[in-house]
Amino acid sequence: MTKAIDISHLSKRFSTKRGSTLVLDDISLSIAPGEFLTIVGASGCGKSTLLRIIAGLETSDSGSVHVGSKAVCGPGVDRAMVFQDYSLFPWMTVKRNVLFSRRLAANNHDKLARQRGAEHERALRLISLVGLSAVQDSYPSQLSGGMRQRVAIARALMSKPSIILMDEPFGALDAQTREVMQDLVLSVVAQEGTTIVFVTHDVEEALYLGSRVVLMSPHPGRIDTIYDVPMDRDRNVMMRVDPRFVALKRMVMDRVRETVGLSLDKSAMENNLVEA
Amino acid sequence: MDAQTPGMSTKAVPEKVATKQKNNRKWAIRGSLTGRQYTLYALAGVLTPILIWAIVNEAAIVPKIFMPGPWDVIQRFYSWIVNEGFSGDLLISVQRVSLGFLAALVFALPLGLMAGTFKPAEAFLEPAMDFIRYMPAVAFVPLMMLWCGVGELSKVSIIFIGTFFQMVLMFGDDVRRVPLQQIEAAQTMGGTRWEIVSKVIFPSAAPALLTTCRITLGWAWTYLVVAEIVAANSGLGYAVLKAQRFLQTDKIFAGLIVIGILGLLQDQILRALHHVLFPYLRRH
Repeated sequence: MTKAIDISHLSKRFSTKRGSTLVLDDISLSIAPGEFLTIVGASGCGKSTLLRIIAGLETSDSGSVHVGSKAVCGPGVDRAMVFQDYSLFPWMTVKRNVLFSRRLAANNHDKLARQRGAEHERALRLISLVGLSAVQDSYPSQLSGGMRQRVAIARALMSKPSIILMDEPFGALDAQTREVMQDLVLSVVAQEGTTIVFVTHDVEEALYLGSRVVLMSPHPGRIDTIYDVPMDRDRNVMMRVDPRFVALKRMVMDRVRETVGLSLDKSAMENNLVEA
Repeated sequence: MDAQTPGMSTKAVPEKVATKQKNNRKWAIRGSLTGRQYTLYALAGVLTPILIWAIVNEAAIVPKIFMPGPWDVIQRFYSWIVNEGFSGDLLISVQRVSLGFLAALVFALPLGLMAGTFKPAEAFLEPAMDFIRYMPAVAFVPLMMLWCGVGELSKVSIIFIGTFFQMVLMFGDDVRRVPLQQIEAAQTMGGTRWEIVSKVIFPSAAPALLTTCRITLGWAWTYLVVAEIVAANSGLGYAVLKAQRFLQTDKIFAGLIVIGILGLLQDQILRALHHVLFPYLRRH
């Protein structure tokens, strides 16, 4: 099987004045092309750090990340990233935000970039795909939080990356908007065939979106369990009330709680040792 | 209608209560004013000191030689324009401020961008600039006269010294306030360092940079007047100094008011520029 992303024995420490903490401890994980992988876990489990290392925005202390056959040593056009908020360029309209990557030299090799008509067409198609045709000439400050995240998704898709990394992209949205956005992301990804790594702290979101869900445990960040979501990829609202889905959600949520409990016990024990 | 509390309807609210509520809004903590109300209060704020000035003058509490009346000042200002070369004074002062300020801007902008973007540049520049900016620019006047003579260069240098070091530090802060997510988004789209500085960091910081310019341009005027009072034979500051020698208190008043109005004008122009250049910041 070919792998879109191959992570092997990845470890990362953060150093502070009070000493260093292990954020990621020996993470190994393979992601298949076209897969929708979600990573869920309590805060402090290192899920965002893992994503940022895949993106090339942070470096690991040991181990490696391969995308295709190349080792990751920095950010690249093959891995677009969608952030939680504040990543749009406020001085550009929706359309110009989506077209931004076309203005960078890294995308010049693309023939599309030279054919201005084609790139505009693609931008407009992506904007309509995320349902924002009516506001394509508005500035981000004139849009709601949900609309801004749709722009961020369209912008990430613009340069046709093989992988999109999403770091709690709906974390700042209200519950209703979040559900709409989840359906939107599923339909957009189905059309574009992109590999997705999606980080969230919301178990239901992770199960609803992912074909596989990686549960990470905190202090230090480790892969706890990998769940295969047994539902087919054509997902809709009805799935949220499917008894199998509800049972799986219950199970994963319990496990998340256990990982937090375990790590609390462990750190309490360590503290006792230090005091003794 | 059925959403309302029983026994209360909008019509039943007496008009007096409604007006009272509006007034409460006006003086409420962080309350609001309509555009017209704001203009009225602002006008009152400007006219009150002038009125007090006129009354004190009319009551002749202070001798005219120390405090001329508003009308005397207007007359003197008119004769300054017609007979005493006001336009020359104004022009040379504007020229000095423009030169000093532009020179500071041209050097401070790239340095500020560097200091706000790259840690080594910050470490190299900022502690040093911090040290120099605590030396009062006014104290450089004797040195600048020694180095540059009494010509134009010494005044322009004082304005440069008074604004340049602060500008580098403030530009650095403006640039550091660009959200990291914007920079990282551009990095994941394959942006090079130069592309990110020119296409993300600079345009993102631009509104803050212009505001910094507006603030420092105000300081440039202060240093201009200082330089002209100490070492010049032309300009608005010099005119005020000369007026003092000849006991023309009315001209001192006129000079101060002119400098105030110039500052206000320039501030409004830069605000308007901000509004035009950055339409995306307008509240809709």
